[in-house]
Amino acid sequence: MVFSGEATLRKNFFEVFGLPRKLAVDAAELQRQFYALAREHHPDFHQAAPPDERARVEETSALVNAAYRTLRDPIARVDYLVRLEEGRETREGDAARLTAPPALLQEMFEIQEALAEAKTGALDDTTRATLGEQRAALSARLAEEEARLTGPLSARWDAASPADRAAVLAAFKDALATRAYLRTVIDDLSKALGEETEGRGSAGATRTKGGTGGDVGAPRQSTEGVGEATEGRHGSAEATRTKGGTGGHVGAPRQ
Amino acid sequence: MSRIVGIDLGTTNSLVAYVDETTRLPRIITDADGRPLLPSVVAFTPDGIVVGDAARRQLARRPADTVYSVKRLMGRGFDDVKDEARYLPFRILPGEGLVTLAVGGREVTPPEVSAAILKALKERAERHFGEAVEKAVVTVPAYFNDAQRQATKDAGRIAGLDVVRIVNEPTAASLAYGLHRLSEGVIAVYDLGGGTFDVSILRVKDGVFEVLATNGDTHLGGDDLDRVLALWLLEDIAVRHHAELDRDCVDLARDPEAMQELRLAAEAAKIRLSGEERTTLTIPFAGFTYRREITRGELERLIEPLVARTLGPARRALADAGLTAADIDQVVLVGGSTRVPLVRRRVQELFGKAPHSQLNPDEVVALGAAVQAHILAGGITDMLLLDVTPLSLGIESLGGIVNVLIPRNTTIPTSAREMFTTSVDGQTLVDLHVVQGERELAKDCRSLGRFELRIDPMPAGMPKIEVTFLIDANGILQVQAKEQRSGKAASIEVKPTYGLAEAEVARMIEESFTYAEADVETRMLIEARNEADTVLVHAGRALTQGAHLVAADERAGIEAAVASLRTAREGSDRDRIHEATTAVNRATEHLAEVLMDAALKGALGSRRATEILGEP
Repeated sequence: MVFSGEATLRKNFFEVFGLPRKLAVDAAELQRQFYALAREHHPDFHQAAPPDERARVEETSALVNAAYRTLRDPIARVDYLVRLEEGRETREGDAARLTAPPALLQEMFEIQEALAEAKTGALDDTTRATLGEQRAALSARLAEEEARLTGPLSARWDAASPADRAAVLAAFKDALATRAYLRTVIDDLSKALGEETEGRGSAGATRTKGGTGGDVGAPRQSTEGVGEATEGRHGSAEATRTKGGTGGHVGAPRQ
Repeated sequence: MSRIVGIDLGTTNSLVAYVDETTRLPRIITDADGRPLLPSVVAFTPDGIVVGDAARRQLARRPADTVYSVKRLMGRGFDDVKDEARYLPFRILPGEGLVTLAVGGREVTPPEVSAAILKALKERAERHFGEAVEKAVVTVPAYFNDAQRQATKDAGRIAGLDVVRIVNEPTAASLAYGLHRLSEGVIAVYDLGGGTFDVSILRVKDGVFEVLATNGDTHLGGDDLDRVLALWLLEDIAVRHHAELDRDCVDLARDPEAMQELRLAAEAAKIRLSGEERTTLTIPFAGFTYRREITRGELERLIEPLVARTLGPARRALADAGLTAADIDQVVLVGGSTRVPLVRRRVQELFGKAPHSQLNPDEVVALGAAVQAHILAGGITDMLLLDVTPLSLGIESLGGIVNVLIPRNTTIPTSAREMFTTSVDGQTLVDLHVVQGERELAKDCRSLGRFELRIDPMPAGMPKIEVTFLIDANGILQVQAKEQRSGKAASIEVKPTYGLAEAEVARMIEESFTYAEADVETRMLIEARNEADTVLVHAGRALTQGAHLVAADERAGIEAAVASLRTAREGSDRDRIHEATTAVNRATEHLAEVLMDAALKGALGSRRATEILGEP
């Protein structure tokens, strides 16, 4: 079998599947194509190849897998498109500050109060009920935001003329930030209510999702000024970028 | 490509299987007496290492030197197993890193014990084929972490096996079912073995086996069912026989032989209760015989909490797959413990449909491993397995928080790239702590190891170190680092938290030869046959290519030597095979020279001489 991975390795996720940079994707067709590409590039079928070729096969296979994971999820698809359009194949500079959307500021203030209270002692039934209601309201808001993102906003991108694209991208970024923020607060509320299960990283969740951070979500949190852990010459590693939604706990870009 | 066998390295029993070329179906290789299962029990005796039934028979006689359920100790540290160690009759030494056992007057690690089992299976396969077997696909629980997978690979190397692929047990089972066209659609595999529990959700379509999500508990299985029953019996004995126990000043709990008898009796009773409503246990102890009847209902009350523990992971796997129980088309049962009626009832309640188990739940994983081996060997091209990594992979960052790089249930192979820099001027070492798990703090996750990247000194923040984390198709992590400014690959020193260093594995491979009770004669015969085969292939090629270049009598001489080697190879006289091999070599010497000359003169076109003559 002729190895075609070399060229594949230089492709972006849309190109891997031969798709235009559009957000309308036929899920069944994507899966069919994925199975075909997976067959072509999976290490199982290149066992007899020399070691360096096998290493490339592994890389190509990883790329195909990542491309499928991202494109089959409508939100991950938008997130990836934004990064691609901005020329950031990596997530460098992704550290969108988790600030409350202006429309939610008042609500957030109350929630933060309640959360702070919850932290100091046991929850009484009234606070518990309030937190539960707030969480339900935020979850509804989140669903709305996601529907807007994957529905009308995505359609707008596909129909946009080159001149209009910047505006749609900006709208995407706002929506993604709002979503990340909401998810983080919902997570915090669940935690306060003691209903957190295994929380993090469900299937299909992308690395840009909100809520992976620990105690994030407070509007006052900023990403600036990561403490420099200095341990002499054996200084600790410091990631130079973070993912959206971790709220800057993890090494923010150096200022 | 050479032969690859499939191995199910189980907690209680292990098996080896292969795909029959003519029927194209997987088959279990039995021992000389026709038994498919090899008990995963290893006895360290003064005469050497004994594996399987013989070792199992002496469990109660030599409990301190007979290791069972070693799979539960793979890739683990002392702190992980110290609770369980109280119930194990062999000694586990306290210490850092991977656990060490003190048995038969020596210290061994779990990979070495597993290697003894793998070696016995390897020899079983070699006897079956009459030739050396050097490659294997070995299965592990889907929920095994990186250290446990690596430990399994190390065990293979110590046993002289190249583990070409680690496959998850539930996935292997689905391959076996898939081969029989017994399943299409969305499948839930519920795998409760001797010591581990896995649940996997797969989509099977057009020959692609795509794992959507997996979950489990690597410390939950039939062993635990046996233990709760044994402990319950122990209390019952204390009540009924306190007179005898007091009289003889006996504390059964402190008597490893008595406890082992009790455990084995409990296991046997549990098995009988899968088919019968009630059974009688009879256990002879030193001063008295314990006898009582136990009903299935009594057993079920005891094991109910353990069975309930499997339901959480099953629900989480469904949730991670983005599915509900109603979306599951079929439920497949794997592992001996799924014969327990209570387990079947709970599975049926959870998924709302009757589970099926047409294929023997003890054998189905090994059969699937053989199928995967056949895929890797190129024998099957229309089946593809897409598995996932069971646990999220991350690095510890400031404040001890885990920065997740690869979330759980990501299709493998998969990779993630991260950039790192230094925080101090002239810093030459960057230390990455890699963890696996679903918790937010590194200290609550499983530490896989530390990766030390060495770079040239530069001002703080200047280096741009690109680190690539790749999880390969085995679910094992590989790390590469490159400093981007210099373009130099950074050297990485890996310090596994619960693993064996390269030098330790090398030493164990050495030692395994010293301690081996291997059948040296058989091995040497196999090697002689292998050499004969190689020579026969080369002689055949040389004759085809160059018969016209030598005289007729020389050709006849070669043909005669080849014929006599063929005859010798079929027999089991090693010396005769050697002599005949040497004779063929001698007879073809001149022809080889002639062919080499011809090749140099270009008489054979563009073909390389080594292509015809074989590598020197």
